[in-house]
Amino acid sequence: MDAIILQILNGLDKGSAYALIALGLTLIFGTLGVVNFAHGALFMIGAFCAVSLNKLLNLSFETVDPTRTDFLGNPLKVKTPYIEGWFGPDLGHAIIDWSVPLAILFSIPIMIAVGFIMERGLIKHFYRRPHADQILVTFGLAIVLQELIKHYYGANPIQTPAPDAFKGSFDFGAMMGFDPNTIIYPYWRMIYFAFAAVIIGGVFAFLQFTTFGMVVRAGMADRETVGLLGINIDKRFTIMFGLAAAVAGLAGVMYAPINSPNYHMGMDFLVLSFVVVVVGGMGSLPGAVAAGFLLGILESFASMNEIKSIIPGIDQIVIYVAAIVILLARPRGLLGRRGVMED
Amino acid sequence: MLGLNKKDFTLLLIVAALVVFAPFILNPFPADSAMAQFNAGYPDLMQRFVIFGIFAIGFNILFGLTGYLSFGHAAFLGVGSYSAVWMFKLLSMNIVPAIILSVIVSGLFAMLIGYISLRRTGIYFSILTLAFAEMSFRLAYSVLTPITNGETGLQLTLDDPRILGETATATGSIPVTNFFGIEMRATEVMNVGGWSFQFNNGYYMCAIMLLLAFYLAIRIFRSPFGMMLRAVKSNQQRMNYTGLNTKPYTLAAFVISGMYAGLAGGLMASMDPLAGAERMQWTASGEVVLMTILGGAGTLIGPVLGAGFIKYFENIFSKINEQVLHSWFHALPDGIENAVVWVLEHFVGSGWHLTLGLLFMLVVTFLPGGLVEGGQRLGRLLRRKDAEKKTATQSTPAE
Repeated sequence: MDAIILQILNGLDKGSAYALIALGLTLIFGTLGVVNFAHGALFMIGAFCAVSLNKLLNLSFETVDPTRTDFLGNPLKVKTPYIEGWFGPDLGHAIIDWSVPLAILFSIPIMIAVGFIMERGLIKHFYRRPHADQILVTFGLAIVLQELIKHYYGANPIQTPAPDAFKGSFDFGAMMGFDPNTIIYPYWRMIYFAFAAVIIGGVFAFLQFTTFGMVVRAGMADRETVGLLGINIDKRFTIMFGLAAAVAGLAGVMYAPINSPNYHMGMDFLVLSFVVVVVGGMGSLPGAVAAGFLLGILESFASMNEIKSIIPGIDQIVIYVAAIVILLARPRGLLGRRGVMED
Repeated sequence: MLGLNKKDFTLLLIVAALVVFAPFILNPFPADSAMAQFNAGYPDLMQRFVIFGIFAIGFNILFGLTGYLSFGHAAFLGVGSYSAVWMFKLLSMNIVPAIILSVIVSGLFAMLIGYISLRRTGIYFSILTLAFAEMSFRLAYSVLTPITNGETGLQLTLDDPRILGETATATGSIPVTNFFGIEMRATEVMNVGGWSFQFNNGYYMCAIMLLLAFYLAIRIFRSPFGMMLRAVKSNQQRMNYTGLNTKPYTLAAFVISGMYAGLAGGLMASMDPLAGAERMQWTASGEVVLMTILGGAGTLIGPVLGAGFIKYFENIFSKINEQVLHSWFHALPDGIENAVVWVLEHFVGSGWHLTLGLLFMLVVTFLPGGLVEGGQRLGRLLRRKDAEKKTATQSTPAE
């Protein structure tokens, strides 16, 4: 029992990342009808926003401390981040420590800008082209973004620590009456899950309860009619693209402490996110979220030793097996609608 | 001639001339000149040109004719490589049984995957093929290690049985792959003036295979079967309404293109007898899609051009480094030289992927028909006088 709970918890954080990326992909597909292969790259850019802010805050100046010496006997040079110089050591240190949560604020405008530029500069021209062309051009863009990041940040993963307050793990077992230390779960992953839930809830509430969201939903159902009613639906869809980019970026920012960002993390997540979107049903937002969590939890269950000893290698392929079974049993995915992407 | 009309036969002759004289054509600069790094006439690279050409021709039979975008074709290439290497390990170093086995095995594998995946169309089909290919890749890396030798890759060893051949040569080394005694890696070098032209047995073996594959592709394109596949691409629903079951046709196309991929994989293993799981990864599948689109999907010559183009730039661009750039621009004033080199070095060497991505975006945006369409436009520009006549008769890619 405790092992099962542990695996469900483990699946939640990966599932949250899948769900967030798939949610953005589905938003773009449902509004603009574009299959965006550069979405993984947006996730990666988000993670590198966190890296950049962390590096920026750690910019230091050197002072010589005459009272201490290094091992050669020279006066010791002490590096102090500018932030600590400006705000005093306590507040400055706290700001650096909290760089990842701060990067959320820092990344939202960046990601929305990136999304606008992408949509207005490139994807706009591909609305009337076949899906294959859209896939190819966004794939090209993903390669370009990935290589640019590789140029400026190098090929190695960059550690981006979470705030000290969240470093430890939470003992679920003790709370729920199991033996202590059987179910322990890092605080940051809990935060990631909560954060993902808030974002997903926020996006749904935005679409459901605001006038803007209502217009966007109407446009998703019948773009032409909404246009004929005198509403500039293209502008709203561009804003939705920016929002989808921001969702992917935030997923990346918060994921940075879980897995050190490297330049190919976008591609790694992209393939899986597409599987998630298709399993959930193209164009269905609840489907994308449900499939994200489902596949994330399945993946962590398959990595249990008990299951691996029955079916060796299942942990590597379980997502794909699930995708094949679901697609063959339910042609449009879990919650897909008739007539979407079927020609 | 050979059952082809005049235009197709000319195309076949042009391709034949290109591959036969490739060692000259790809070697335009003397060996010790500064431009020698642009030479592509060495066996390893030429072999890759034709092998990936075969791969792309096969992919085009599926994607270009039926419009089904498979994202898992590299799996068939990988399976072909593994079966060929197993044949070298167990039977003999002759490449004929190896290639035959790799084509058969990948054909069967394609039939299995195709039978399941072709139940869906559009992006669902793409994701199904992708899922199967990723499964094969991951299994080859982990559980199937006894067959695939995992991360190390399958290699020949000195204690392989090789029933019809020898386990080791007289000198105690692993025997080399051959075609009834003709060694695949043997290379004849011809020195003319400053040029050195290399004629490699393996390359010509691959070239013959490419010509056969190309000929077969022309016949398929022009056959009633090919017409049926085009009909599937333009409107499958209408085909179904007329009471025709399209599944056997699409499955046949899928299996044929899988066998082409298997042939490419078998040839790859014949040139260099090892096989690794990374040949099956989805990026490798993406590469053949890129080649086909870049050259021009649905055209005959496009995929071959695309394969040659990508492989050439992959090799040549990644060899250029900062020193080379400095030596090119040393005539400029220092400040400008450094600036130019700083800009350019992002696009060459390890940054060639960036160039590839940019190039790709440009081609898809401005030349959706690929290099072939570019050639056609250029041709029309040069002969603007009869432009109107041309648009009526020009060959358009299959819709």
